[in-house]
Amino acid sequence: MTSYALFLGCTIPARQPHYEASARKALTRLGIGLVDLDNMTCCAPPPLQSIDMETSLAIAAHNICLAEEADLDIVTLCTGCFESLAMANNLLKENSKLKARVNKILSNAGEEFKGTKEVKHYLKVLMDDVGLERLKKSVVKDLSSLKVASFSGCHLLRPSALLKFDDPERPHIFDDLIEALGAKSIWYRNKLKCCGGLLRGYADDVALAIARDKIVNTTKAGADCIVTLCPFCFLTLDLGQMLIKSAYKEEYNIPVIHYAELLSLALGIDPKELALDFHKIRLDKVLSKIT
Amino acid sequence: MEHKKEQKTSATSFSDEIRSQLGGETITLCYQCGTCASSCPVAKTTERYNPRDIIRLSLLGEKQEVLSGGAIWLCSSCYNCQERCPQKVEIADVIYALRNIAIKEGHIPNIYSEFATGLMNEGRIVPTSKFVEKKRPEYGLPPLRPAGLDAMKKILAATGFDKIQWKKEGTP
Repeated sequence: MTSYALFLGCTIPARQPHYEASARKALTRLGIGLVDLDNMTCCAPPPLQSIDMETSLAIAAHNICLAEEADLDIVTLCTGCFESLAMANNLLKENSKLKARVNKILSNAGEEFKGTKEVKHYLKVLMDDVGLERLKKSVVKDLSSLKVASFSGCHLLRPSALLKFDDPERPHIFDDLIEALGAKSIWYRNKLKCCGGLLRGYADDVALAIARDKIVNTTKAGADCIVTLCPFCFLTLDLGQMLIKSAYKEEYNIPVIHYAELLSLALGIDPKELALDFHKIRLDKVLSKIT
Repeated sequence: MEHKKEQKTSATSFSDEIRSQLGGETITLCYQCGTCASSCPVAKTTERYNPRDIIRLSLLGEKQEVLSGGAIWLCSSCYNCQERCPQKVEIADVIYALRNIAIKEGHIPNIYSEFATGLMNEGRIVPTSKFVEKKRPEYGLPPLRPAGLDAMKKILAATGFDKIQWKKEGTP
């Protein structure tokens, strides 16, 4: 069994237990070991990179140091955490001057970044350690009538030079993993465009307008649901539909579901075990198409 | 003549300042083609933001306008511009560099003070919820591990992050 240090980040444990529960249950069922480490902190995502990049790299490196000490690679659920940690990991591995600068900071905390571990998003773990064929064989439910609008979020793919996850303009891994569950991944306008989530709290009007575009485009394409990976995209699109309703007087009610939840349902995990009540938009339409 | 010389000096010194920041190194490669602006989800939505303008103003040395004008905080960090820039200007990273300079000079939007406070108090920018934490066993989730606040505080002291004057001010 391959084991990873599970990096939860801030948003998932605070607000989205449905994401954490489904990811833990599905990955464990597929034979992936998840180890919880003490002393992990915020990953230092774009809001902190905006305040101070040097501090952010040091915080990301601190978390990677904990995994190095435990001799484990890291798996992240949140794409934001993936971006922050993978970016720092690859930057520091490639740039010895920067590594020395960050290690000087970390020495105050008695730590040293060595650059011996990988940071993987859980989709990469599914591809590498389970594989599409075994995944297909593990599916026990029929999802063939489900039309899915996949939305990976920006930070699974970009900046591609450092994240090296998939082609940033023509990605396919996420869609392959959806189709491996038997669902149909459909095309929609502006599929790779940002959801605007990171502007929430600074420019809510702009953020909501960008989110609305995503909701309109997926609805027009006839999707039964939007499948997400990032807790921030999820919030922006799920809670966002409530905000769109009051700001624009428009009602869409398109369910938003994390890939880990769809995976859990496909593997036959009881929906009652998945804390699905945390969704603002009800999932009934999705559940009725999974038989 | 004197006036022109002065302008050139301020332009050079601001772009030098940006280039010396982490992420700002590539700004002078920009030849103003506008691929960034046409790839930008925010620029398509509001006239308040245009990455090409921010870079042009920065290269012209319009430091105060760039740092206090508010536009730099409207980048959604999607990196589309950076992926597509034919000159390999790391545009999203340049925006981070500009934000880092703005913060040091006291232009701090409220939401960023909140993120910083959360980080310093809890080691997390999104505070944990007692309600959700109590429910974890119901969903078969193990207890949440403690955040490494000790290490975090030492890191924040070493970089001077904890000395930044976090303040509530009107959103610029």
